[in-house]
Amino acid sequence: MTPEELTQMRDQTRQKKSDCKHCVNVCTAAGCLSLRSDQLKDAIDKAVHHAGRQDEVTVKSVGCMGLCSGGPLVSVESGDDEVMYHDVKPEDAGELVQSLDTEPVKRLQCPSDMPFFTQQTKIVLENSGKIDPELLEDYIANDGYAALTKALTEMSPEDVIKEVQTSGLRGRGGGGYPTGLKWSTVAKSPGQKKYVICNADEGDPGAFMDRSVLESDPHRVLEGMALAAYAVGADAGYIYVRAEYPLAIARLKRAIRQAERAGLLGAHIGGSTFRFMIELRLGAGAFVCGEETALIASVEGKRGQPRPRPPYPAQRGLWGCPTLINNVETFANIAPIVRNGGDWFASIGTEKAKGTKVFALAGKINNTGLIEVPMGISLREIVENIGGGVPDGKQFKAVQTGGPSGGCIPIDHLDMPVEYDTLKQLGSIMGSGGMIIMDETSNMVDVARYFMEFCMSESCGKCVPCRVGTWQMHELLTKIIAGEAAPKDLDLLKELCEVVQNTSLCGLGMTSPNPVLSTLRYFEHEYLERLNTNGHGATAEAASTEGA
Amino acid sequence: MILAMDTPMAPPSDDKRWKIVEATIRRNGAADHSLIEVLHTVQQAFGYLDDPSLKFVASQLRLPLAKVYGVATFYHFFQLKPQGEHTCVVCMGTACYIKGANKLMAMAKQKHDLEDGGTTPDGKVSLLTARCLGSCSLAPAVVYDGDVAGRVEEDQMHARFEEWKK
Repeated sequence: MTPEELTQMRDQTRQKKSDCKHCVNVCTAAGCLSLRSDQLKDAIDKAVHHAGRQDEVTVKSVGCMGLCSGGPLVSVESGDDEVMYHDVKPEDAGELVQSLDTEPVKRLQCPSDMPFFTQQTKIVLENSGKIDPELLEDYIANDGYAALTKALTEMSPEDVIKEVQTSGLRGRGGGGYPTGLKWSTVAKSPGQKKYVICNADEGDPGAFMDRSVLESDPHRVLEGMALAAYAVGADAGYIYVRAEYPLAIARLKRAIRQAERAGLLGAHIGGSTFRFMIELRLGAGAFVCGEETALIASVEGKRGQPRPRPPYPAQRGLWGCPTLINNVETFANIAPIVRNGGDWFASIGTEKAKGTKVFALAGKINNTGLIEVPMGISLREIVENIGGGVPDGKQFKAVQTGGPSGGCIPIDHLDMPVEYDTLKQLGSIMGSGGMIIMDETSNMVDVARYFMEFCMSESCGKCVPCRVGTWQMHELLTKIIAGEAAPKDLDLLKELCEVVQNTSLCGLGMTSPNPVLSTLRYFEHEYLERLNTNGHGATAEAASTEGA
Repeated sequence: MILAMDTPMAPPSDDKRWKIVEATIRRNGAADHSLIEVLHTVQQAFGYLDDPSLKFVASQLRLPLAKVYGVATFYHFFQLKPQGEHTCVVCMGTACYIKGANKLMAMAKQKHDLEDGGTTPDGKVSLLTARCLGSCSLAPAVVYDGDVAGRVEEDQMHARFEEWKK
């Protein structure tokens, strides 16, 4: 597709949309889909036909609208007005269609001034819930592939890297490494063949941002990867996606096919000499594959075990070639940065963390779902305002960020701004964006054991500190919960945390003590309450010998 | 020890599903790095990976059987045992855990004597766990034969098992 054809398609699709009086969008991302939103869409379609209004009302499937707890969600766009409905059932279809020219259906309507919607800043999710993820022209109508065209016609690869550097974008997968710096390293690495890999192995339990982006706006990720490939000089790319995300896989496959057919991927992209192909690689359920060297091993068809770095993948990655690995959300930020300029992006967020971050809110919170907020927003704003607080009149206790590599942040620190460095100071990490809210009924030692159990079974077994250390820490936590541990067991646990942290080979091991350390830091009394101080741990000794 | 074989062997049976597997192998040019893709196809077609299928894949991709076995056992997604007629996957992600996924597992153990990876003696129901389905807003989430169900309670899951066992 040449730039002219792209503009033509964009204008045609926009025209078609403005010709339509009402547009009914039904969320068909995984959350709403498992509440049978596909049947709901059929029911609305039927109701529209029944009313004979198919010429002026379009019914379409869109991606995630964010407020997953209110699913299935429907939004109705009439000109510039938009009405949002929650918990819509197929039985409501008739009433909904009838209401199109009159007053909205009050009983299903989401209040439009809800902080959940008004307090967000959308960059990554700007198309989610607006476009049909299965239609290329819908993406193009929202300036899709405009950034790629701009880069290919007006910018050199160095210009693209410069723009990304100016933006201050940092990796959204958890590490927070400056994206522009990574790109320039790969670009400078000598080698004829280079690769771009998209890490879509969203392994943190309680995180579903990447799934949602892939299901709601797959072309956005492809465009980001193509821009990266152009910038670093790669001609092949892989998306490593979890096998547990069947809908995301199906939509990615379709998007790749569409882009290839339209000449936006493949040889001579946009009529230029730039060529880039993308292939999918399915994960098979191994958390450690989120680590970049393990991920590369898995793409090569091997067991996903990490190797020591350096050399970093930027120098020697997939099949020994320089490889750029970024996470889904990072790639999703690229097209808007190239389109609007790095300065625009850098104007959002804080001094050290630019742009926005997508978070998955889950656990004991009223508005579970997906949110995108500017960096530097306070945790309180997220939990109490956007998230709508803790349900059932319970008391908020802690928020867990960063999954098994992160930690729990208690109520006293709720006013801290959310950015890479402050979360680190609090003993947690930004992570990929999972936020699990816990209320007073959650037992923090149990939470620590839950994550340790996770790390223990996900440890790949390559290095001893992680393989043996996580097992031993899990045993100690189990002992503490059973009330059989002596004070010296707690000391041993603390010592082990330090050893595993300092001596493990990869991030999985190094960060596995974090949930224990952060709960010890803020909730040590919960550990102490469970210690057996009678008889100086004699029972504990007996129990452990018996167990062995 | 069986090392990589010189001549690729024929499929273990004349089951038509092997055609699908062979097509995947051909599409990937029988490259050794397509091992995980091929294993996915075998599991999709047959439900699990048995010894003959692992040997077949090893010979086709010219890989040592030990390597194929190593990969098949390394990843949780691959099943080495046949599954029951129906499968129930309980999500054990953080959100589901906080909202009581362990109670669902306890119910399965107590009322159906099922643990993670187990199948009822009549071969009707298999119970599995997942790390996270990404359906955290529906916690606790369960997958019944491929369909995700949200906000599942113990009675509901029990009723579904009873229905399957009929």
